[in-house]
Amino acid sequence: MSKIYLSILTFYCLLLGFSTSLSAEVIHQERSLYRNILVDDKGDSRCLKFNVKSSKTNQSCLYKSNPQRLVFNYTKLLFSGLLLIEEPKNILIIGLGGGTMSNTLHQIYPKSVITNVEIDPAVVKVARQYFGFFENQNITSIIQDGRIFIKRAIIKKQKYDWIILDAFNGDYIPEHLLTQEFLQETKSLLNKDGILSANTFSVSELYAHESATYKSVFGDFYNVRNYKNSNRIILAAKSKLASVTLINQRASVLQERLTPFGVDLRQVSKQMTLTSIEQDWPENTKLLTDQFSPANLLNN
Amino acid sequence: MTEQQTKPSWQNLFIYLLAFSSGFCIMGIELLGGRILAPFFGSSVHIWGSIITVFMLSLSFGYLAGGKLSTKNASLKKYGFIFVLASITILPVAIWSTPIMEVIFLNVEDSRYGSLLACAALFFIPTIILGMISPYSVRLLVTDKDSSGQTAGKLYFVSTLGSALGTIITSFYFVLFFEVDNIIMVFSSVLGMLGICAVLLNKSAKPLNINTTGVVHE
Repeated sequence: MSKIYLSILTFYCLLLGFSTSLSAEVIHQERSLYRNILVDDKGDSRCLKFNVKSSKTNQSCLYKSNPQRLVFNYTKLLFSGLLLIEEPKNILIIGLGGGTMSNTLHQIYPKSVITNVEIDPAVVKVARQYFGFFENQNITSIIQDGRIFIKRAIIKKQKYDWIILDAFNGDYIPEHLLTQEFLQETKSLLNKDGILSANTFSVSELYAHESATYKSVFGDFYNVRNYKNSNRIILAAKSKLASVTLINQRASVLQERLTPFGVDLRQVSKQMTLTSIEQDWPENTKLLTDQFSPANLLNN
Repeated sequence: MTEQQTKPSWQNLFIYLLAFSSGFCIMGIELLGGRILAPFFGSSVHIWGSIITVFMLSLSFGYLAGGKLSTKNASLKKYGFIFVLASITILPVAIWSTPIMEVIFLNVEDSRYGSLLACAALFFIPTIILGMISPYSVRLLVTDKDSSGQTAGKLYFVSTLGSALGTIITSFYFVLFFEVDNIIMVFSSVLGMLGICAVLLNKSAKPLNINTTGVVHE
């Protein structure tokens, strides 16, 4: 009998040794005012995680050997925004994460002014320390709730060419950043030719409510997604959406500039579907408003 | 002892029901407060700091005021009026919350003090009035010194149970089916109707309650 125990013991020892060599090494962990923040290294990739045990746990990742190259598909899909606008001079990003969007956009358009709004000071600190989040006179980060920032920006009569909504609280998008009123406020911050990209999910009951709410504010928009994972980018414009010809033209021009980041813009342009052609939610879907936004309850 | 024996038991049950309902509504409104403030002041932790501070502070004043009021000719009628008043003072939350918060948002840059001020403007008065209900209920229910602690205990049990249910039902279900303003309106009308019932019942119970005689001259 003791032999069996011994062999089981050795088996577990081996297993333990094997798994620790593959498992992630936590290099930073803290409990901020809003969430648990975790940075871990696993092989070549470094990831920022919120609320560790959740399934959608990775907020931002980078390859340590090639920090420029984007890891996540949704990040790549966000660049579809570049197909709708000539050169965004004023960019507003709500939700910093690891600062990947800000860094990449700065490399593509060094002269553009980028404003990052992040509610959690700890996330900004971690982005600077572990993800090379870069700031200069053109790139700033502001610690504030996205909704409050936008309301104050309206009073100051600020305008943006491109607004990127990428705020997550580890569970889903905060409820007050999903409502019709919020989207109207955001739209009023856009320049005449300004565009909006929103990173959302395409699974869950919330999909229809979100889509209907965006359409009520912006009219028809582009859905950008690859069907491999659940991310979906909503791409909307303040006035008129660019035509398919113009989009393809821009994709060809920008293709080369985005290759170092691992973004295939031509591929991305093929993943865009217009909601006027393909509307995949019921017409009578209830809109999300400040009065009715049980977002996270619908997200099950 | 004659007073207690003649006081009908349905009246006590009714008072417990009212205390339960007020507990339910207080916490339902407090919970919705977070929702109401979010568009202007965000959903950060300081929002809950503001809400809980204002509710606790106004409840504490309400307890004092309710206790004081109960010393002068306590009656079911006056008790009912507290409910009606609470019902009326809750209405601005549903009707004017946006313009009120807009003014505060424009004038106070710091969202911590903005939310505290907005919360006070919206909830301070109705919560004081709702806070008056507990001590007043104790006054109406207590019959003798020996059982007074037990009566107060029962009352707190019922009203806090109401608070617990008001919290969970509002956050789990009401927000899923109704608009925030409509839920507030329902709370307000329920309190108002219960108050009117109390006033009407007071009339029918009048011969049995020796304490109601002085009400008119208050």
